[in-house]
Amino acid sequence: MGAIMGKYLLRLYITGRTPQGNRAIANLQRICQTELAGRYEMEVIDVIEDPQAAEDARIIATPTLIKALPPPLRRIIGDLSNKEKVLIGLDLSGPEDPNGDQHG
Amino acid sequence: MVEPVKLPSVTKLPTGIDGFDHIGLGGIPAGRTTLVAGTAGSAKTIFAAQFLAEGIRQYDQAGVFVTFEESGEDIRANVGSLGWDVAAWEAAGKWAFVDAAPQPGDEVVVSGAFDLGALVVRVEAAVRRVGATRVAIDSLGAVFSRFENEVIVRAELFRLASALKGMGVTSVMTAERTHEYGEISRHGVEEFVTDNVLILRNVLEGEKRRRTMEVLKFRGTVHQKGEYPFTIMPDQGIVVIPLSAIELDQRSSYTRITSGNAELDAMCGGGFFRDSVILVSGATGCGKTLTSTEFIAGGVAQGERSLLMAFEESRDQLSRNASGWGRDFDRYEREGLLRVVAVYPEAAGLEDHLIRIKREIDSFKPNRVAVDSLSALERVSSIKGFREFVISLTSFIKHKEIAGLFTATTSSLMGGESVTETHISTITDAIILLRYVEMFGEMKRGLTVLKMRGSAHDKDIRAFTIDGRGMHIGAPFRNVTGILAGHPRHVPPAEIERLGQLFSNEGALGD
Repeated sequence: MGAIMGKYLLRLYITGRTPQGNRAIANLQRICQTELAGRYEMEVIDVIEDPQAAEDARIIATPTLIKALPPPLRRIIGDLSNKEKVLIGLDLSGPEDPNGDQHG
Repeated sequence: MVEPVKLPSVTKLPTGIDGFDHIGLGGIPAGRTTLVAGTAGSAKTIFAAQFLAEGIRQYDQAGVFVTFEESGEDIRANVGSLGWDVAAWEAAGKWAFVDAAPQPGDEVVVSGAFDLGALVVRVEAAVRRVGATRVAIDSLGAVFSRFENEVIVRAELFRLASALKGMGVTSVMTAERTHEYGEISRHGVEEFVTDNVLILRNVLEGEKRRRTMEVLKFRGTVHQKGEYPFTIMPDQGIVVIPLSAIELDQRSSYTRITSGNAELDAMCGGGFFRDSVILVSGATGCGKTLTSTEFIAGGVAQGERSLLMAFEESRDQLSRNASGWGRDFDRYEREGLLRVVAVYPEAAGLEDHLIRIKREIDSFKPNRVAVDSLSALERVSSIKGFREFVISLTSFIKHKEIAGLFTATTSSLMGGESVTETHISTITDAIILLRYVEMFGEMKRGLTVLKMRGSAHDKDIRAFTIDGRGMHIGAPFRNVTGILAGHPRHVPPAEIERLGQLFSNEGALGD
């Protein structure tokens, strides 16, 4: 996995442009810019516009952030306001090296 | 004068679940959500799936199944054993799954506030896609255990229920209970989700499992009250037995039919009534099976069809018994006038026996039904369950305008009552007692018509004999008292005369 190590593919599912959804987008952007600058791709999917995407990914709660890559796949539910939890979900919370991606 | 306020009336959607629509008085409230609450193993998921299956099979109404617990694949496999081909319905666009079951292996981290907006969107999309009339959601408890924040889950389930209402679909939601009798559901779901509550129970009663359902409330509309037994048939699913919902609206026939024994007919005032139920009670070996055999033969002589449900002896034994009394069961069967169904009572629960008997009646369409013996069925049930069984069977037989003859075995040889008799005597139209009578060191048999609803009848206790041609009823026992109590006592003729005068002529008292 050497070459692609550290490349993050993130999908954020929201239900319409609600304050909660917008908050999740802003929170995710902020975390990615500080923790994953330059090595992430982020996609926002509005399930109202694309219910099939929610069906395929078996989403029931929104916002849901799915870390599709690197494996393992992880789901983080909520407006991502708790940064520590988001970092745990993204496997970015190594205590000795908070910026490390050695688990990837 | 004040105009009465016109309230919007609640219409019902027939579920199509056998027997349920009787206790729901037409079904479940249409366009609303009904909570189906039950303990583990109370058939909630089957009810939910059957609600959709019957909609497709009987009413051509499409359905959406939202599953929080088992995967769609598991549900397809589980209900396949009930004969429902969910995959075929999915292919035909009649059934859609919204699979909201947890994904194996994926871990969920919660960070901040969330809602179940995606779920509502998916349900709405599925309802639109198949044009659903019905939605089943199984189960709410799984949602609560999935997301820790109970406040959010409550609010979101309320939103889902409102969304379902907005779509105009009729839905059922299942929820867990921890006890058969106690709070309606865990997490108090019923308080915010729904105005309509149905409870499924699976109670252990005298070492037997007994399934019942109860409509606790249908807001704004009527339903039958109390618990109704139900069973799950392998190729049919849930079958509810709507006992007290049975109305006493049978027409009473004045047509007489023969009991198969001319002397007994005479004692009954000219035979049994066409749509009556007769109980024949007696100790073992004193002529009950003979009575039912003659009942069948009497029908055959008139070209009538008889169904014999045998719970004590095999078909061959019964046939041999009958030939010993000059009745040829083999010939009756060949002529299509008799069907013998021998079942071991322990082979199934009472509800299943009831459904089996009903099916046999529906398919064979007999004019007469004999059950030999009813007491054998008592062994496999609680007293309450047995009584309900007899009420239901009796009512069914009467509705079909069939004559039914049930036999019951008494525990003691002389006199006494059978348990069966005690519990069902008020339900039957006629009771015939067969008794052993010990007189001067000899065992004789006695017969009396204890009750004959709607007709005069012979009140004597008559002696009868059995030979190779059947039963022969003779003269009344004279000068004997205490036969029914099991303590026959010879009374000298002079004493009888004196007792007779005692009542006929009060003036004689002064002597």
